[in-house]
Amino acid sequence: MYIKQLSVFVENKDGRLAEITTIIANAGIDIRALSIADTTDFGILRLVVDKPYEAEDILKAAGLTVSLTDVIAIGIPDRPGGFAETITAVANKAVAVEYMYAFISREQDRAYLIMRVADNETAIAALRAQGCDLLDGESVYQL
Amino acid sequence: MENRIFNKEMECMPRRELEALQLERLKSLVDYCERNSEFYSKRLAKAGVTADKIKSLSDIQYIPYTTKDDLRDTYPFGMISVPMEKIVRVHASSGTTGNPTVVAYTREDMENWSEQVARLAVAAGANAGTIVQICFGYGMFTGALGLHYGLEKIGAVVVPTSSGNTEKQLKFMRDFGTDAIVATPSYCMYLAEAARSMADKYPMEMYKLKYGILGSEGSTPEMRAEIEKHWGSGIFCTDNYGMSELNGPGMSGECMYRDGLHINEDHFLCETIDSASGDVLGKGETGELVVTNLTKRGLPMLRYRTKDITSINYDTCKCGRTSARMHKIIGRSDDMIKVRGVNVFPSQVESALIGMTEISPNYLIVLRRENYSDSMEVRVELIDSSLLDRYGELVALQKRIQDNIKNILGIAIKVSLVEPNSIERFTGKAKRVLDLRNQ
Repeated sequence: MYIKQLSVFVENKDGRLAEITTIIANAGIDIRALSIADTTDFGILRLVVDKPYEAEDILKAAGLTVSLTDVIAIGIPDRPGGFAETITAVANKAVAVEYMYAFISREQDRAYLIMRVADNETAIAALRAQGCDLLDGESVYQL
Repeated sequence: MENRIFNKEMECMPRRELEALQLERLKSLVDYCERNSEFYSKRLAKAGVTADKIKSLSDIQYIPYTTKDDLRDTYPFGMISVPMEKIVRVHASSGTTGNPTVVAYTREDMENWSEQVARLAVAAGANAGTIVQICFGYGMFTGALGLHYGLEKIGAVVVPTSSGNTEKQLKFMRDFGTDAIVATPSYCMYLAEAARSMADKYPMEMYKLKYGILGSEGSTPEMRAEIEKHWGSGIFCTDNYGMSELNGPGMSGECMYRDGLHINEDHFLCETIDSASGDVLGKGETGELVVTNLTKRGLPMLRYRTKDITSINYDTCKCGRTSARMHKIIGRSDDMIKVRGVNVFPSQVESALIGMTEISPNYLIVLRRENYSDSMEVRVELIDSSLLDRYGELVALQKRIQDNIKNILGIAIKVSLVEPNSIERFTGKAKRVLDLRNQ
């Protein structure tokens, strides 16, 4: 029920993000979802790609600090309140969300949410009870 | 590691006898300089010093200091005190600023130099039959040839690979079963990192290194621990110290107890002084190291100001040597940087950093002037990918390093996390400070 997400340490330098994503592009790896958190000095690039293990190897070989983490991906209805209902289920179980990002899909009325929580088990149980659509790795990588 | 001593008679001599020998050699050196050195005879006459005025070791304070500028001003051969046919070797420093400094050796000087190096090589673990790879650059620099002759003297198997060509270095290490390497600490670390990066093809078990004979730049205990861990071959690293003006390597080196560098005191008479005033400091006090090379004749060195900051411990070591031990160099009197009026040595920053597994041992200090005030930034390479999951952990790491450095230096600094391998590596002396304050 988890998907693999890459976290890459990126210095805040001109063109650095372009260089890193070009490394992935050259290996024919496709980015499914992306998010960046940054300060003035550095940032962490979070990526969901179609071939996570390959991407990890390639980025490590390029000398970057990279980690692969299990995150939860869920499909939510793309309508007002869709996100709020989902996050309420997690909040009610007092599960802390470390970070999350969302994107809408090519399908009508459907959006996706990627979340990193402190307690995966509890969060998954809560989301299931809410009737959320939890996605496995393969279905996300092939989106 | 076995505790072996190359020259027990000299290295374990009772201190009273040793001091008597030093006094006798000092008188004879002053007498020699008066008679043979145009440079020193003038200088000694001006100061009113003659050999018969030297009645005790403390009378050395009447002899004027010698500096690097003296060597530059007399470039190339002005301080040589024997006819050229007696000189068998000449070395020179790089001379990046102005004239290089040239030093010269008679055959007897070469003998003494080899003896000095032989002692520290044995103290560092080398012995007859030890396969030693010398990864110092050969040439005008004294490091490589100094160790080379000393190691040959003890019957070690010398492999003069010189510096650079890392893959070849590692190949010889694996194929020859190299026991020991002579290198700078940073190059020794670099080699270990390079070996690790090729570990898929050549597992680390293929390296048999047991002794790291490190010199030309200092290493902190933390950096040494890091080097030893990186090799993982049970390598035991020791530091040695010297400079071309004082023959080269061989002035002092650590024994297996690694509690200071044993000085070859029958050859080198050491003092510490206050850099600014030139006043001689008391025994054990920290200051600029001043050295008189008691046995050198080709180009004598009286009270040479090394610009290195250290202190000297005269207690007998657990290894049995009675020779005094100098503390690892704390800094250079001219490397010392002043930040907002506070004296800072790069080695202090290093001691705050190394031992932290989240970052690599490489760092760079960047100094800037902002709003008429100094700012200091320390760049470190993030290598621990497990911290990437939680943003807060990176910020906490940054804060922890900042606090560590502040505790040591007493001033607030900024820490920047940078990508691995983004700080330049050096095969020779590492450059740790980028001073942009006057730009």
